[in-house]
Amino acid sequence: MRRFVFFLPLVCFLILGGVFYSQLGKDNQYVPSALVGKKVPNFTLISLENDQMVTQKDLPHGPYLMNFWGTWCPACHIEHPFLVELALKGVPIIGIDYKDQKHLAEQWLIEKGNPYQQVLMDEMGLFGLDMGVTGAPETFVINSSGVIVHRHQGVVNEQNWPELKGYLK
Amino acid sequence: MLPEIGQFSLILALFFALSLAIMPLVGYWKGHQLLLETARPLTFIMSALVLMSFVILAVSFLTNDFSVLYVSQNSSIKLPIWYKFSAVWGGHEGSLLFWVLILVGWCSAVALKIRSLPMDIGPIVLAVLGSICVGFLSFLLFTSSPFVRLLPDTPPDGGDLNPLLQDFGLIVHPPILYMGYVGFAVAFAFAVTALITGNLNAAWARWARPWTACSWAFLTLGITLGSWWAYYELGWGGWWFWDPVENASLLPWLSGTALLHSLAVTEKRGVFKSWTVLLAIFTFSLSLLGAFLVRSGVLTSVHSFAADPTRGVFILGLLVVFVGGSLFLYAIRASQVRSSVTFGATGREAWLLLNNILLTVLTLTVLLGTLYPLIFDALRLGKISVGAPYFNSVFTPIALLLIVFMAVGPLSKWHKTSLNSLLKACVIAAILAMLIAGGLVYRFEFGWLAWVCLSVASWVLLLSLADWFSKVTAGSKGMIPRARQLPRNYYGMLLAHIGVAVTLIGIILVSINSHDSMLRLSPGDKVSMAGYEFRFDRMEQIQGSNYVSNKGQFTAYQSGRAVAVLYPEKRFFTTRQQVMTEAALDAGFTRDLYISLGEQLDESAWGVRIYVKSFVRWIWLGGLMMMAGGLLAALDKRYRQRTGG
Repeated sequence: MRRFVFFLPLVCFLILGGVFYSQLGKDNQYVPSALVGKKVPNFTLISLENDQMVTQKDLPHGPYLMNFWGTWCPACHIEHPFLVELALKGVPIIGIDYKDQKHLAEQWLIEKGNPYQQVLMDEMGLFGLDMGVTGAPETFVINSSGVIVHRHQGVVNEQNWPELKGYLK
Repeated sequence: MLPEIGQFSLILALFFALSLAIMPLVGYWKGHQLLLETARPLTFIMSALVLMSFVILAVSFLTNDFSVLYVSQNSSIKLPIWYKFSAVWGGHEGSLLFWVLILVGWCSAVALKIRSLPMDIGPIVLAVLGSICVGFLSFLLFTSSPFVRLLPDTPPDGGDLNPLLQDFGLIVHPPILYMGYVGFAVAFAFAVTALITGNLNAAWARWARPWTACSWAFLTLGITLGSWWAYYELGWGGWWFWDPVENASLLPWLSGTALLHSLAVTEKRGVFKSWTVLLAIFTFSLSLLGAFLVRSGVLTSVHSFAADPTRGVFILGLLVVFVGGSLFLYAIRASQVRSSVTFGATGREAWLLLNNILLTVLTLTVLLGTLYPLIFDALRLGKISVGAPYFNSVFTPIALLLIVFMAVGPLSKWHKTSLNSLLKACVIAAILAMLIAGGLVYRFEFGWLAWVCLSVASWVLLLSLADWFSKVTAGSKGMIPRARQLPRNYYGMLLAHIGVAVTLIGIILVSINSHDSMLRLSPGDKVSMAGYEFRFDRMEQIQGSNYVSNKGQFTAYQSGRAVAVLYPEKRFFTTRQQVMTEAALDAGFTRDLYISLGEQLDESAWGVRIYVKSFVRWIWLGGLMMMAGGLLAALDKRYRQRTGG
């Protein structure tokens, strides 16, 4: 019995090692969302700018990006300047302020610039749940017929933008 | 030509590391003195070779050799020269080379000090370190060589260093952090040597102590710098985010703190022997785990390097070899150790045991929070993330409890302490601390949580100072000679404990007594906040080297007197078409003033965000004190005496 106790750390470590092994490379492949190929689910959200109700009918008709962000998310601080750059190039982006507070989001946009055509508040994260969002930032590419064609987890930057751009049509 | 020499000297270094890992061990088993003695020169040659290849990489950066893939990815002609140098460790390959450089640096330091160890121990320690070098050198050579060439299509200019890394904080932060991470390899090597040779006595703890204290001090400084960097660079006043990579540095720090204390008990009293060995293994494993998490891409984070599953598999392999191997050795050897020493329930051993339990629990909670998303996913329960709320609510109470007991440990004596005298001191200190904190809370109208935290902080300060006072007044020699006689070790501990209290005060005050507001201001406007009056003096257009800037001037007044002038800027970088907000900061001992410019709202009005943050500097001041305490303890005279051999 006493001998066995000393093997415990080794056993715990091996189990953990197994978990790591099973996880390797997973996040890179980005398990494609079940929503890819489907329309944006129904929603009713409040617009940040004017407190109006917005539903999926009010979304743009052309292809656009839907970006989930929040002021609480460190990676979003890094992503933001690139989104501003994209907006300057004329890429339409809809922002979903995910699990955040309105006044913080407003300050953020004033300070850092607003790359979004429209910012919708998803304070409870319910719309995020419908979209299968696991964290912020996360960006969906939606084509001209309103169908989700690609999902990107993590920061959009110069390196991965060409891939997203490929879907944007 | 030069990069090839760099690559070649890395390959040579790998061979020397291999010999270092094997020859002394063979010498130990065969009883061959000559083989044991090869350890020292092998270490020096290996280190020199790694240093050479590091210098070559640096030269490639400084001479803009864009035919080297790594240089072309992380530098450009326009990059200022100091960033060119720091870009050497700006990406995965270079930072790994840097990691190896620091590892061989520690090896050489051990080799230099080898004469203070018994003849058959020192070489084995170096051999264990050598095997770690083998692991990391082959990782470097087989998956991520920094010397890969881009020939014949050499680009005329590089892709530039990530702008986020073009910052002073990030020049100094990684080296210091690595010094700490890698330094725990030395404690690990001592522990494994003790397992190999079967000498699990107090001696190894004595040898490992200064090395552990030293790397702990570096890690403390590294974490402090990282937190300071996040505060001023990410620019919304936060100083800790429970990001996986931050946790990766906090984990070895927590278990390293436990190790530091447990080593003391093992050295002085010969108890906790097998536990201390386990902690040494655990601490180094957590350092390796940090490297794994950051470089394999299993967890996403701000700081992640380019994720690459092959690299992940390789580091996982290293983890299995080192951690699995040492734990296996532990399972076989440690079970044979019997501890015959006992100790009383109020002795210092008991307090340090409590310290170890609490620190281990803290380490495990942070570990669990960091790995939870991985485990959850592995069990196919879906993807989730554990945010700051989990860490704050679990970490805070345990940490506070730990800090409460932290102050009691030094008061008690080894083996057994009279409960009465201990209780008396504690009760008096507790009442005083609660009164002081109560006074502060009443005066400044803070809440109950602040009262608890401030009580704990003043309790630590009171008991630490009281302990020092009782030590210097005991005896007849007079205070100053007595104070000078106390060992550096003791002052190190005192300083580090006070540092914890200082950090705690900083954390509480900044979280409950910070003011910020977003205002619409035009030049000439005045606004009052937290006892300061801010005047927006003027706004001017400035032409920088590669940007145009709107620069504001604000003057802060306190009771009618100007105390600071701040110049926040909004820069527009013309080439990258990027807007950067340069916040202005006036740092002070009791408060920071912090102004950042928002958007221009109309002809003259601007959105302006002003923060007044109380005592935020104390968080890092405490960190610096802890670091100084660790270094002081590492430099204690006792460790410089030779022991045997």
